[in-house]
This record gives sequence, structure tokens and C-alpha cells, in this order.
Amino acid sequence: MQKVTGELLINKALELLDNGTVNRVLGWKRGEFAYDMTPAVFADAEELKNNFVFNDFCGANFSKYLIAETRKEGKVLVFLKPCDSYSFNQLLTEHRFDREKVYAVGIPCEGMVDISKVKKAAGDGILDIVCENDGLVVKTLYDTDKVIDCKEVLAERCVSCKSRKCVAYDELLGENGDVLDSSRFDEVEKLEKMTEDERYAFWQNELSRCIRCNACRDVCPACTCEKCVFDNPDSGVENKAVSDSFEEKMFHIIRAFHVAGRCTDCGECSRVCPQHIPLHLLNRKFIKDINEFYGDYQAGAEVGSRAPLVNYTVDDLEPSEAVQKGDADNA
Amino acid sequence: MQRIGVFVCWCGSNIAGTVDVQAVSEALKNEPGVVFSTNYQYMCSQAGQDIIKNAIKEHKLTGMVVCSCSPRMHEATFRKTAAAAGLNSYMVEIANIREQCSWVHKDMQIGTEKAIILGKAAIAKVNLNAPLVPGESPVTKRALVIGGGIAGIQTALDIAEAGFPVDIVETKPTIGGKMAQLDKTFPTLDCAACILTPKMVDVAQNENIRIFSYSEVTEVKGFVGNFDVKIKKKARYVKEDVCTGCGLCTEKCPQKKVPNEFNLGMDNRRAIYIPFAQAVPKVATIDPNACNMLKNGKCGVCAKVCAAGAIDYKQQDEIIEEKYGAIVAATGFNPISMDKFDEYAYNQSKDVITSLEFERLTNAAGPSAGKLIRPSDGKHPHTIVFVQCVGSRCAACAEKGKEYCSKICCMYTAKHAMLTRDKYPDTEVYVFYIDVRTPGKNFDEFYRRAVEEYGVHYIKGMVGKVAPEGDKLMVQASDLLANKQLHIAADLVVLAAAIEPDKSARPLATMLTASMDTNDFFTEAHPKLRPVESPTAGIFLSGACQGPKDIPETVSQASAAAAKVIGLLCKDKLTGNPCVAHSNELMCNGCSSCERVCPYGAITYIDKEFRMPDRTTRVRRVASVNPAVCQGCGACTVACPSGAMDLNGFASKQIMAEVDAICK
Repeated sequence: MQKVTGELLINKALELLDNGTVNRVLGWKRGEFAYDMTPAVFADAEELKNNFVFNDFCGANFSKYLIAETRKEGKVLVFLKPCDSYSFNQLLTEHRFDREKVYAVGIPCEGMVDISKVKKAAGDGILDIVCENDGLVVKTLYDTDKVIDCKEVLAERCVSCKSRKCVAYDELLGENGDVLDSSRFDEVEKLEKMTEDERYAFWQNELSRCIRCNACRDVCPACTCEKCVFDNPDSGVENKAVSDSFEEKMFHIIRAFHVAGRCTDCGECSRVCPQHIPLHLLNRKFIKDINEFYGDYQAGAEVGSRAPLVNYTVDDLEPSEAVQKGDADNA
Repeated sequence: MQRIGVFVCWCGSNIAGTVDVQAVSEALKNEPGVVFSTNYQYMCSQAGQDIIKNAIKEHKLTGMVVCSCSPRMHEATFRKTAAAAGLNSYMVEIANIREQCSWVHKDMQIGTEKAIILGKAAIAKVNLNAPLVPGESPVTKRALVIGGGIAGIQTALDIAEAGFPVDIVETKPTIGGKMAQLDKTFPTLDCAACILTPKMVDVAQNENIRIFSYSEVTEVKGFVGNFDVKIKKKARYVKEDVCTGCGLCTEKCPQKKVPNEFNLGMDNRRAIYIPFAQAVPKVATIDPNACNMLKNGKCGVCAKVCAAGAIDYKQQDEIIEEKYGAIVAATGFNPISMDKFDEYAYNQSKDVITSLEFERLTNAAGPSAGKLIRPSDGKHPHTIVFVQCVGSRCAACAEKGKEYCSKICCMYTAKHAMLTRDKYPDTEVYVFYIDVRTPGKNFDEFYRRAVEEYGVHYIKGMVGKVAPEGDKLMVQASDLLANKQLHIAADLVVLAAAIEPDKSARPLATMLTASMDTNDFFTEAHPKLRPVESPTAGIFLSGACQGPKDIPETVSQASAAAAKVIGLLCKDKLTGNPCVAHSNELMCNGCSSCERVCPYGAITYIDKEFRMPDRTTRVRRVASVNPAVCQGCGACTVACPSGAMDLNGFASKQIMAEVDAICK
């Protein structure tokens, strides 16, 4: 389904390695399963040719990897899907890596598929998946090959894609898209319409599945602290994170507050959650509120923007108005 | 482990009336770290302070908690007490068991329980306190007065008189403010111009005073003793130092149809103008919205007639940067808009006017040269109705008017009524009022004279409706004392419009980080004991920007503010606040969140080399706080995602310990 092929990316990477622009390439390689595309650093041409892949399962956002990668010698090549480019800008805004040590190639993205939806459609025992044109050919233990339309199994974040525009790159492969008028707040609105009790029950149900594997935090491009408050016994927060009857509630609420105003809504948290908790909804609620209170703001749309939560303008709404609105929503 | 002393104050019966102070001091005895606990009738008294000093010495205290009134009241007192006994001032914590406990509870048991919990929280905090030593900062010996009305003028004159340089920033082309527009002043009836204009001249001639007229403050940074201010001097298209104020240009300018704001639009001025004859500085100003030359390049008459060559059509706004040690807000007031008061037909009839317009009509320098006429036909009015409290004391209609009493209207209405009857005895004058409030020196006598000697009809009741009918204004009102409806055919209706703070006050308060009340009046540091200081150090309040005031009150407050400013500027150094932020470099991400929220510009970034566990070194960007600039507001500590920023004396851990102690 992707408009650019893995081959095209490999050729671009080979060219940049060859002419010395970069000495490493951040890309995807096939992992244990056919749908498991793992981030990898390629340093030589052979490895790149043999293992680099780009298909409908390459959801991983590489921008966070640049923090560690730019501390090494030489320049690194990174491929940025539109989503990833927002995180890239946000990290630059926060001075988290050295732009000079990155060569960014923007690539278009047609949306990535959600493996749990594929599993639902194809059944258990998946042996292999081949991406062909607009469909996936799934080989399973039990059945003949099944062909699934990619559009049917798109990840939730891609169904309500906010932008197909790469906002940061040194070079662009393919054509740049547009910022979309997405329906990404529809789910949040549904939650807002619930009564307090219903909403509590909804989150209790979702968050009680959390196993505190920290995958959401570890993958999140906004979670790049030198020392995370949850790993810091001195912070006075880490023991509060579990001090509730459904214990993981505080962890996720604290985390949502920590990334509020900085979250670019890349949706990686929900993608990596092994318990399928729709964590992006927490972040989107914050984004929606910020938009409504302070005017539309997209974190990462540009470098150096002053996020409303860490900025002051004379016509900012008064805190009391925010409280009133909260009360009205809960009435 | 700390050795903590607990001192529970009765505050006479203020606390002891609702809190069992004996039980509180007993209960707190067993808290971790507490080695001594007692209670006393007045801890802040000399005897009470001696108890504290003795306990510090006797029990070798390393920290103390005073359960008493708000820290705003006596924290400084008890810090001094501790320091006198050799204990670091910042090892003192106050548990507020008065304002936040005894005063809000009626039940002794509940009050006592809460007092114990508040005490426990303070003890939990002191256990984590560390001694702090304040730094010092210099004082810029110059004051800024914002607003050039009578309040600003008096404050500036007093400060200048003490020998300190003062700058006045005034948005209008001249200083003088509202008082310059008035005719006579109550209760002595001396003419406003006669007493104000000499003061304006004094300001102009004082070597210590600079006037920035037609200017506004655009940016304020820094802190008490060290403010950095940007002032925008708007282009007036006339060179101030060249113009002689001869006024020839204002006579020759062909653009004659510009509403004259000094006369509240009741007559016209030219595009180039001097607001009034005694203006200071007496310099012409070109109104860029009216001037043909500036709008389309066609005219240039003023430049031709100006013998001094003062006209400069290419003049630009100028930004002046200056340092100040103290800032005085004197932004004054305005009458509220009458747009929402349709019942009085203000927008339908020219003969319904506000009291300030009435002042101009009776002023010898006004649009009618002091002759009281109807604005519609220029005829002499024979029946005048004054309506008081238009938009004042308007609790039921808060969206239209103001809840507060505007304070000056009763007196000026009595003055208007009296002067009218004095000058034009053939005129019938009615005053409709809710109450007549005259609590000033010689005020009630003044009002009585209006009623008894001048025969003004004072009628208790409000006007319901004013309807223009032919050349009359039909006034429908109720007389509450006679319980009757009244219908008066008036020639002129004068509305005593409520007054409100000038619109420039709110953005200014934001720049100054000075607090305001819901009506946009500046808040004082203490309503009784510190009435001319803002809670923000170094910011002082003068005149009606703090609340409705008449001239005598404004002038006394202006002088009081000046005294406070002089007291500050006399100091060579100010003791700083040691409760400032600091960043833990090991945790700092260098993300700039803290720098973006810092209102004082106290945070910068440095590249620092760190040794890593694998013996390599890494250069990282980390935040660094300038303790002289930091005001300890704590905004950075909550913006910091990793918790690297913390505040001395208010560390997150200390706050958490307090919360834990309360929730336990």
C-alpha cells in the first residue's frame, strides 16, 4: 500500500552512505514475526541490502532514537514519515539532539496496519504476511491464503490521520501531502459525553489491564528525560503511581500530564501497548483542551514554537474560565 | 534529625475561641522531631517572643513551628525572633490556624482537629528544611510613575522633592488627567485648574522629573530595586524640544472636524492640537487618524506656518529603555460607558449628559465658555434632573454596571446642584438618590447647604425612565419617601455615571505581576495596614487605580505612596529572597520548558561536561538560575518534566511531606 518501496529507500540510503553524507542508517528490519518490523542501525551496504525493509508494518517512529544516535561519531540517516517528522521537530524544540548530525529523508506514508486487526480478520496461526499492492496476503496454519484489504485493518491512529505532510526533512522522497482535517477527536468527544461514573468505569476497565511494562513511556518521543520521575525514588512520584485501588491509573495520568503540550499525537504509545490500552485518548484529550482553550496548536509543527502551556499571552483564558468549562462538561 | 519546637498561639480569643490550644500543643508534642511544645496567649508579643527565644536556647532547637495567624501577618516577626536567638530564619514555619482554621470554623472539636493537622503538616515540612542565607541586590535610585493625573503628579513631586529622579509616563499628550477637566472642586469650591495647573508647572520645572507624555509602558522586567522598563514614546509628529506651544498651527490647520476628547466630544478640535491652554508639556500633537498630510500626503499647512520648524511628518515611535528601583501605578479612572443604560436615553438625546460632560459645560474653558446650556439647542435649561448611582451599587445588574459605590458622585452632584442654583436661581434642580453618602471632612455640611440654603430638591428614589418628547425630557421616577410616582418634564438630565479603572490598568498589572480585584482595581498588600503597596515588591499604588477616590483622598494616598518609594530608594542594598529555584544538573534535560515559563528571565543555559559511568565525557545543555533575578515563584518547578528544578524552602519533597501529613 505504501507509495514508496523499500527498494527506493535502500537505494537512497546506499547513495548517501556511498557519498559519505552519512555513516549509519536508521531503518526497519524484519524481526521474529512477519509483522514485527524492528528498528535497526545499518552501517554497511550489504547488511542494508539484505535486511532493510519498508512495508505496511513499519510504524516505528525513529525520532527518539536520534538522541542516542547523534551522540556518536558522524552523521546518521533517518527516514521520517509525516508523523515522525512532528516528533523530530518537537525534540529539536526541546534541544534534545544535534540537528547537524542528522540527515533526514522525508517519506510519504499511506497509513500503517494494526496487527491485532489483521489477526482478527485472518484468525490465529499466522505464518507469513506478504504486502501486495493494496492488500495483505496472509498465510496461516489452518487456512488457504487470505487476502485482506489494508484499508480494513489500518491502525486507529492512521484511520484518523492528522497530517500527511512531512514538516522536517533535508530531502523528500515522493510527494509531500497535506495537513488533514482529521476526525481524531471523535473518540474523545464520546468520552466527554459520558457521565463522570461512566468515564471512570471506562478508564478503570482499560487501565486495570496495564502491566507496567513501561513500553508506552520507553517508546514515547516526548519521554526523553535524563532520569524519568518514575525511575527516581527521590521524585516523590514513583510511589504515588501505584497508590490506588486500580493501581496504574496514577501512572498514566502523571505520564499524560508530563507530555501535555509536547505530545505530537504520533500514537506510538497505543501501538506498542501489549494490553491494547487506547493511551492516545488521554493525550488527545489534552490536545483538544489546549486547542479549545488557547487556539489550535500542533506540537512539532515547527521548531521553536512556544507551546501554550509554557507560554503566556495577555488574551490567555483565565484559569477560572477553564474550571468553569470543566464543571460545565461534567454537569 | 531536627529538634523542633512548637509554639501554639491563642491570639487572645481569635484562635482559642474555636481551637483548644492546649490540646493542639499536647498532640503536636509527639510528632517526629518535636522536642518542645507549648502555647501562649499572644506569641507575637514581647513575652511570647521571649518564650520562643528561651526555648531555642534551652532545648537547642534546630527548627520551629508557630501555629498562629497567616504567615503574611507575622512570619517576618517570628523569623526575626528566631534569628535573634541564633536560629536560621528559614528554619521557621507558620501553621495558619487562624484565617484558615479558627475563623472559618464554629465547632471547637472540628477546629481543634484541623489545627492539629495543619500543625503536623508544618512539622513535616520543617523536618526537611535547611538553613538558607539571603543574598543582596543593589537599588536603582530612580522611580517610575505610570499616569500623570493628580495622583501621579503628587507622587512624582514628593519623590523628586526628596532628591530622587522620577519619570512620569502619560498616555495623553499632556499631564493633568481628569482633574484638569473639572470645573470646581468640593467641598471648598476652588477651581480645579487654579490648584492643579501650578502643580503641573512644578512638575515641568522640577529638575528631577522627566515627563514622557503621549507614551506608554510596553515592557517591565526585573524585580524590586532593579526594574528594566521599555517605554514607547508615540510619534506626535512634532519635535517636543523645538515646539514653543504658540498654537498657530492649531489655528491654521484646515482639518476642523475632529471630536475634541478633552471636551468629551462636545466640540471639535483640529488635526494638530494642544489639549488645553495650560497643557504640560505645552507642545502640539498631530492626530495621525485625522491629519490629511499623514493620511494622503496632501496639506502641510502646519509645517508652513510653524516658525520654529517643529513639525516632523516622518517622526517614528521611539522606544526608551530605563532602569527603575520602584514603580508607582497611577492609572486613574474613567466614567463607564452609558451604552447599556437605554432607560436614560443617553444615546437618543443630546440633552442627557454625564456628570463629567456637565463639568465641561460649566467650565469657563469648556465648549460653551462656562455658560450652562442645553447641548441640543444652546438654550438655557430651566429644569435639571440629576440621577445618582447610574451603574454604581448595581448588584442586581452586574452586567450593566458595577457592584461597588463610586464614592465621588454624591459630592460632585451636590456641587453641580448647588452651583447651578447659585448661578441660575431660575432653575429647578432635582437630585434622585439611593442614599446620600458624605463621610468626609466638611462633606455633610456641604450637602446640607445644597438642600437647605440652595433649595435643591433631593428625592430618595430612582429614575425609571427618561423619554425625549418634543424639546423636553420626560422623567419618570419614584419618590420612595412619599411613596408616589413623579413625572418631571426636564430640559437637561445629568447622569452620575459609575467610575471604573482605566482600561490600561489590566495589561499594566500583567506586566507588573501586580494583582487586581474582580473590578480591575489594583489590590493593596494589606487593605488596612499596607494600603499603598501592591503585594508585588517594588510596585506602589497611587490614586483611583486602587479604588474610587476623591481628590483629597487621592492626594494623600499619592503622598503616602511617594513616602514608601522614598523609603525604598534610600536603601543602598536590598536583602534578597533565598527561596529561589535551582536546577539539579544531573537530571536537567536542557529542554527550555523552565526558561519559557520564567516571568523574570532568570534562567539561562550552559553546556556542561559530564562524566559518564563508562568513563567517557558528555557535553549536555543544562539550566542555570540567576539567584539575583529569580523571585521564587516556582513556575519552573512545575514546568520541568523531569523534576530537575526545585525551589529552596519550598522543595517538591517538602510540599509532598506536608500533603502526606495532612492526608495521613
